[in-house]
Amino acid sequence: MEIKDVEALAELSKLELTEEEKKKILSDMEGILAYIKQIEEVDVPEIDTKYENHNSWREDMVREEKDFSLELIAEQFPDSKDGFVKVKKIL
Amino acid sequence: MIDLKNLTIEKAHDSLKKGEYTCKDLAEAYLVMVKEKDQDIHAYLEIYDDVLAQVEIAQKMFAEGKDTLLTGIPFSIKDNILIQGQTVSAGSKILEHYTAPYNATVIKELKNSGAVFLGRANMDEFAMGSSTEHSAYGPTKNPYDLTRVPGGTSGGSAASVAADMALVSLGTETCGSVREPAAFCGVVGLKPTYGGLSRHGVIAMGNSLDQVSPIGKTVSDVEIVFKTLSKHDKNDATSIKDENRIPKKNNGNGKKIGIPWHLFESDLKDEQIMQNFKSSVEKLKNVGYEIVDIELPYSKYSLAVYYIVMPAEVSTNLSRFDGVRYGLSIPGDGVSGVYKQSRTKGFGSEARRRIILGNYILSKGLSGAYGKALNVRHAITKETEKIFKEVDFIMTPTVPFLPFKLGEKIDDPVAMYLCDLFNAPANLTGTPSIAVPSGISKEGLPFSVQFTASHWEEDALFEIGKKFEIIK
Repeated sequence: MEIKDVEALAELSKLELTEEEKKKILSDMEGILAYIKQIEEVDVPEIDTKYENHNSWREDMVREEKDFSLELIAEQFPDSKDGFVKVKKIL
Repeated sequence: MIDLKNLTIEKAHDSLKKGEYTCKDLAEAYLVMVKEKDQDIHAYLEIYDDVLAQVEIAQKMFAEGKDTLLTGIPFSIKDNILIQGQTVSAGSKILEHYTAPYNATVIKELKNSGAVFLGRANMDEFAMGSSTEHSAYGPTKNPYDLTRVPGGTSGGSAASVAADMALVSLGTETCGSVREPAAFCGVVGLKPTYGGLSRHGVIAMGNSLDQVSPIGKTVSDVEIVFKTLSKHDKNDATSIKDENRIPKKNNGNGKKIGIPWHLFESDLKDEQIMQNFKSSVEKLKNVGYEIVDIELPYSKYSLAVYYIVMPAEVSTNLSRFDGVRYGLSIPGDGVSGVYKQSRTKGFGSEARRRIILGNYILSKGLSGAYGKALNVRHAITKETEKIFKEVDFIMTPTVPFLPFKLGEKIDDPVAMYLCDLFNAPANLTGTPSIAVPSGISKEGLPFSVQFTASHWEEDALFEIGKKFEIIK
């Protein structure tokens, strides 16, 4: 792994890092690789897909409980117009 | 003068019911302590301006005979649990002025019980760290020694209770973030079974690990808060339905304690902690508990699993902070520019680091790592479930060292490794675990021991915790 890999990840994460941070993260990445190596060497069975978990669905309907404040949400849009959140041009 | 030092929820409730003092008197007694001590300790980020309005509601509940055990009881709430209309910032600058638009379910439940929220407790930014030194708003100090850390990430919560600035607190755990500060501050902290308490309205760090965790001075107080909050919430898809909360009983008498000496006997260097742990074990033996040596071979992979699963989940959860819908928003060049500026300026160094590492783990080159980690995690869980067929509790020290000094990063990698090793298994397996004070060191700092039980066996933890409180 090299500094340019850290920079690529920073770009994906939408973060700007200092040179010092980049170096520190580079060494942390070695640590992560070591952990990954460790668990890859462990002989464990694949999780049975009939796992104890199950999906928890709800009906595709508007929430009946009006327990959130639309005003508080809309007030906090950094940029808005007519009550809608305004975003920068994407295309 | 209300004796806050020896106060418990039951004593307070009794006095309030009898009219010995009012809800206002009680809240004000704590606010006086905050005024006296919090300049130095900095447990709170903010004292709410509506405390008097809250106590009026609580008092009315007593007047109408609708009071519960928690009516009028003053809480501090960790800064990552949403209270509608109040600022909540997860200890971060990126949410410095963010107002919660709704109540977390646990807050709703506490409000229905008439609890009083004094203010929000300091924490490491986005619940990353172990000392509250990573708060964007300055560290909290340990009430036992102001030059030392209170632990983290629920440092403010633990310190507020230890210093009588709140009777109880709600913290959260992802990997020991309530048990470790509870240990450092000489108070009780319980991490419930995963899926037990609702995560709705709790700012997420690691979805498969996070749990709201009560902190109090006594096991009984923690039990009362837990019982009020432990119920299914349809707004939390990971909340377990009440009818599925069935402990797997073993055929024992409930008094067998397993100690995984192989995990720490040779690596635990702090002699005082080892001594205190051994004498705690003896005391339990003397009141009829059977102590056995257990082996947990997969548990040594806890750290590897944790440091793969956690950053991956963190990087995903923190991607919502983009300066577009809420939070810090800094102008930038196009969409990407706004994201970058807002996130870089808003997140502290630890948050930035973990986001990058998480994205690294989830990147194409390492595909399969997260999935493999889940397989190992499952093996650790199965191993733990198997052990609980043989024993009723797993007991270890809560932390392998005493509270360290502010700024003194623990440079001992083995010690840090042991710390995670004690804490992580309960978060990875979802089993409930309680930290209980077990004495005071020669430097006047608190010791702590930790009991972990099988899923949904919180009652067993309360029972052993209460027994231990008497004999310690």
